[in-house]
Amino acid sequence: MNAIFVMLLGLAAMFLGYVFYSKFVAEKIYKLDPNFKTPAHEFEDGVDFVPTNKYVLWGHHFTSVAGAAPIIGPAIAVIWGWVPAFLWVIFGTIFFAGVHDAGAIWASNRNKAKSMGSLTGDVVSKRAQTLFMIVIFLVLLMVNAVFATAISGLLVKFPSSVIPVWGAIFVALIIGQIIFRKWMGLGTVSILGVVALYLLIWAGPSAPLSLPETMGGLTDNASWVLILFGYAAIASLLPVWMLLQPRDYINGLQLFIGLILLYAAVLLLGPDMTAPAFNTNLPENTPSMLPLLFVTIACGAISGFHGLVASGTTSKQLDKETDLRFVGYFGAIGEGSLSLATIIAACAGFATLADWEAVYSSFGQGGVAAFVEGGANIISQGVGLDNEIAETLLTVMAVLFAGTTMDTGLRLQRYIFQEWGNIYNISWMQKALPATLLAVISCVALAFGAGSDGSGGLAIWPLFGTTNQLLAGLTLMVITVMLVRLGRPMYVTLLPLIFLLIMTVFALFIQLKGFYMEENWFLFGLDIVVLIAAVWIALEATSALSNLKKEQKS
Amino acid sequence: MRNMNIKSIQQWLSRAGELVNEFYNAPYRSAIARAKRDEDDLFMMLVFSEMMGVPNPASYYTLELQPLMLERFHDWHQRMGMEHSPLDHFRCC
Repeated sequence: MNAIFVMLLGLAAMFLGYVFYSKFVAEKIYKLDPNFKTPAHEFEDGVDFVPTNKYVLWGHHFTSVAGAAPIIGPAIAVIWGWVPAFLWVIFGTIFFAGVHDAGAIWASNRNKAKSMGSLTGDVVSKRAQTLFMIVIFLVLLMVNAVFATAISGLLVKFPSSVIPVWGAIFVALIIGQIIFRKWMGLGTVSILGVVALYLLIWAGPSAPLSLPETMGGLTDNASWVLILFGYAAIASLLPVWMLLQPRDYINGLQLFIGLILLYAAVLLLGPDMTAPAFNTNLPENTPSMLPLLFVTIACGAISGFHGLVASGTTSKQLDKETDLRFVGYFGAIGEGSLSLATIIAACAGFATLADWEAVYSSFGQGGVAAFVEGGANIISQGVGLDNEIAETLLTVMAVLFAGTTMDTGLRLQRYIFQEWGNIYNISWMQKALPATLLAVISCVALAFGAGSDGSGGLAIWPLFGTTNQLLAGLTLMVITVMLVRLGRPMYVTLLPLIFLLIMTVFALFIQLKGFYMEENWFLFGLDIVVLIAAVWIALEATSALSNLKKEQKS
Repeated sequence: MRNMNIKSIQQWLSRAGELVNEFYNAPYRSAIARAKRDEDDLFMMLVFSEMMGVPNPASYYTLELQPLMLERFHDWHQRMGMEHSPLDHFRCC
């Protein structure tokens, strides 16, 4: 089938979802009120609570939620063929992610812009709040380990990207200084920054850089993981305006440029989907598609991480309540379209089926490297960019996304450790540096425990997806309870919640068996922890809903 | 007619510039404002240092600044969870 058709079908379906389904949800379920005084107005303080233009807020929300995860997940999941991944991304975006993201903003907006964690405590129970904190910690732990592994793999596989990736950090540092000291206007700086970045990308292939294969007993992958955590630790300790802010900004521009370039190239080239629609020739040891598909693609179909962004910062800046339909639901669609582009790149970017099968030689292989190779083929043939430059471009895009998430994740983990230091009166743990070191050590331990030295590939990815889905489940539970209290229909959020819980528990058992067979006791233990959390959520949701039913009867 | 066009383009450009600026600043507004607030608090403490028993060689000048600090001082003591001014010689609300 032609990729243009797939692309148009997907985009049209998501757009229709926005026009009709989100309108229905916004008007009939959440009953958005343009006259409701949002927390941004009620508590306006110029610091946290600031009413913001809805397009700006959308741009901010979208670029914060879209990272490397909506690329990695689908790029792994197409191993079962492109149709299942396509359907889950499209239907997930329309019926799960959009409702979840907009709902999270709505729930927070109606409760003084509280974060999802404290909302869980208020709306469901204190026990559920503890659970929420545990799941967040697990997600953060895994996200850092997973992204470090993914980035190191890319840097080893595409040495031409090493100089642009690290160069981009220097570009961001310089931009940060220029803007902070007001030497130039933002418009000029943006153009200069993007030009500098693309010059680096253009120069990358002529100056490839790779680490020695073993260094001090470590493989090159393992050395990169250590270097990355070193970088992320430093970055998470710097003031935000120095590195994080300008880099996020450049990443945001990159995201838009990359998406437009990919879609334009698909339109111009019109490649065929060479990958099978349903893969009947699965490599050995590939787990069954049901339920693994639904945890392999988390971001891009539904992701709990979005709820944190939605209730953490977005809800504090909402100008009018009706804006959240665009910000939340259309933000999810933006992410869905990134996943759709990934599916097309990984499935239409290879000349023959044999080429594709060589890349997807086993489960967890292919992944983001397949996105880079396939996408580069499409771009180079579609818009006539040199293949190596196109490869470097996409690698840099994926690495920068993952890198941003890593140091934000590390920063958040540091806050958690510092808070524990406060609660348990451990004075050294309250300081920034030791807390960051603790966060780094736990992440590195997980990364190596999961086989980041290049041996394990992305074995931990589905477990990360599962935990992320659980977080989404918790958010959906909060929204459902709120809806029941208001006497509104709850099926819009309850059905996705039930579906997610069934799929995650099912997937956890299958992975448990897999880790047992591989005798990977580290991940086996982690799986059990996540499994306990999942069952706990199911119990918590049942008890909250049945209590409500009783209350309403009496 | 041509003038009108140039004007509207200029207007459009400046509006676009505003939005880009918002896009750059919105995500980190709170983190930066918080850092600034901490520094301002430190400055205010310096201004009031004499009252807290810390010798201040520039007290002649900082005394002049005190009335200017009134609103910020009010924000500060409320933020710190004190209903009224904690200083004996500097009343507030």
